[in-house]
Amino acid sequence: MSALQPSELDRPTLARDRSAADADLKSVSAALRRAEFGDRMRSLLLAAPLLVLLALSFGIPIVLLLSRAVYDPTIADALPKTTVALAGWNGQGLPGDDAFAALAADLKDNQAKGTAYELAKSLNARLPGARSQLLKTVRKLENADGQAALDAVKSVPFWSAPTTWPAIRSGTNSLTSFYLLSALDLRWNADGGVERVPPEQAIFIQVFLRTFFVAASVTLATLILAFPLAYLIANVPKGLAAILIVAVLLPFWTSILVRTAAWTVLLQKFGLVNDFLLLIGVTSDRLDLMYSRIGLIIAMTHIQLPFTLLPIYSVMRTIPPSQMKAAYSLGARPFTAFRRIYIPQVFPGVMAGCMLTFILCLGYYITPALIGGASDQLISNFIANYVNVELNWEMAAALSFILLVFTLALFGIFARVLGLDRLKLV
Amino acid sequence: MLLSPYPTTGERIRITLLWIWCGLVILFLLVPILIPVPLSFNSGAFFIFPLEGLSTRWYEVVLGTQRWQSAIGNSLIVAFGTTLIATTLGTLTAIALSDEKFPGRRIIMPLLLSPLIVPVVITAVGSYLFYARVGLASTYAGIILAHTALASPFVVVTVGASLTGFDRNLMRAAAISGARPLTSFFRVMLPLILPGVLSGAAFAFVTSFDEVVVVQFLASAGQRTMPLEMFIGLREKLSPAITAAATLMMGLSILLLLVANLLARRGRKAPA
Repeated sequence: MSALQPSELDRPTLARDRSAADADLKSVSAALRRAEFGDRMRSLLLAAPLLVLLALSFGIPIVLLLSRAVYDPTIADALPKTTVALAGWNGQGLPGDDAFAALAADLKDNQAKGTAYELAKSLNARLPGARSQLLKTVRKLENADGQAALDAVKSVPFWSAPTTWPAIRSGTNSLTSFYLLSALDLRWNADGGVERVPPEQAIFIQVFLRTFFVAASVTLATLILAFPLAYLIANVPKGLAAILIVAVLLPFWTSILVRTAAWTVLLQKFGLVNDFLLLIGVTSDRLDLMYSRIGLIIAMTHIQLPFTLLPIYSVMRTIPPSQMKAAYSLGARPFTAFRRIYIPQVFPGVMAGCMLTFILCLGYYITPALIGGASDQLISNFIANYVNVELNWEMAAALSFILLVFTLALFGIFARVLGLDRLKLV
Repeated sequence: MLLSPYPTTGERIRITLLWIWCGLVILFLLVPILIPVPLSFNSGAFFIFPLEGLSTRWYEVVLGTQRWQSAIGNSLIVAFGTTLIATTLGTLTAIALSDEKFPGRRIIMPLLLSPLIVPVVITAVGSYLFYARVGLASTYAGIILAHTALASPFVVVTVGASLTGFDRNLMRAAAISGARPLTSFFRVMLPLILPGVLSGAAFAFVTSFDEVVVVQFLASAGQRTMPLEMFIGLREKLSPAITAAATLMMGLSILLLLVANLLARRGRKAPA
């Protein structure tokens, strides 16, 4: 017992020492944390200017564009009285006279403000033929008031057609799924379900399928051309390999526009490709390669070939030739060794090259615009056309939305499965 | 390497076929980009071989007419502006990202690379929509901003690659020796990563100089760049002047990217 006393006496001091040491440790780790926090903040500050600039010059524009696909206040803004009048309508048959009167008043307001044409265009996108009918009604409404205005609207049969009012009502919702559904050739039907649009109005599914078809054809063609060349470059002596790589990089470094320009020269009726085909006797007549699907695929294959080749090559060069020799010495036939030893190892590179080419092909614009014919325009060309010619931003936005979803989904799979390091762009 | 020491007949045939196939692929790669060069020196007005005679008349058109001259000028303004901003901001970002402890590195990198993946028409149309609202459409500033988004990923990637060989202890040593952060950046870090920075700058320049889709949507008639002038020319009427312009643009891109790649290779090797 007595032996315990001193230690019990000591204990308080010991405890005090330990707590002091703890405090020191804590203050050191706190200082470290503070320093690390400072480092992190400094890093963030360094990266901030570019991130802010990208958000402004790239992020906001794209978000704004995509929002146009689902948010279209044109009709709601132009028809405020009609919107109120339709609130009590059950959607069956025709709405009451108050809705017709409200529409007449709204149309007169639009005419006075000069927005009638914009409204007509917007309604026409949802209801084909609405443009001329609406403008006709606006003309009839001039100098008509009260009952006369109501009669003027009712005298145009269009406003009593069964499809008109449901379309107007759905248009008064600023948030709309109309354009996204249209971009997939779908629409709402009268029962509140989604249905396919009639075949004569369906265009976009076909354009998406065409884009996928061209992208897949180009991917396959580049793979067939690139795989043997990558194998050769990976297996010849260094000096020769360097020369061959330059042959791949020279076109890679030339812009898409310049290469497309070169192909427009080559694919002419009296161009070099036709000269060559005649010379080797493949055809007896000059072919129309410009403005054709095959011309487009040839040019795109040329442009994408290095994108497919480089990731494959970067994997192939890491595979030691001794492995194949070992397989042969163990009795494998060349084809078996190739299939069971080589292919599994280069597979990630092949996937990376093919996915990269496929993803980039989905967004092609310049080459189809210059080399493709009217029936070879890809989805990007339709987006540009809706902006430049049709001035229909909502449809352009909806097509962009769907194209972007496909692109980013594939890119996400790429980054997840293969890793961003395979994206050897430089 | 390709043939085993005692090749069988089957092996010889396979390797010969491989060489023939690869020869054809190389021709397919090179002939199209080389064709515009002789055609641009043709004295005739058509794209048909054999050439009628040698002349530099199409280069006189491209370098001597007001329309092309202003296009070249616009291209240079936009490309230099883009290079300056993208290289400066891209280098800073690459330095920040090279720090292992950078918060959210794994999220930021794909975001930074996304301008390369998003179809360029979407970028162009979006920029047109937004820039028109804030008064940047039809301005050089607008085009330069949009091009910076497309060009900066290249800078971040090349500078990032040269930073993987950079020893951060050098910066600590500089700090201990009393150097201010800015001094140690300019006197220690920058000289070592300079090849990567210059290489990134060359990539940024070429990206902007070759870009046509964004320009098509954002540029006013007076701001047409060289690629846009080419694009319009190709749509309207094929003139051999286009082959001369194509040859000039191709020469410039190949020259700059050759330098960029040599620098990038040096930058990666030197510090390791």
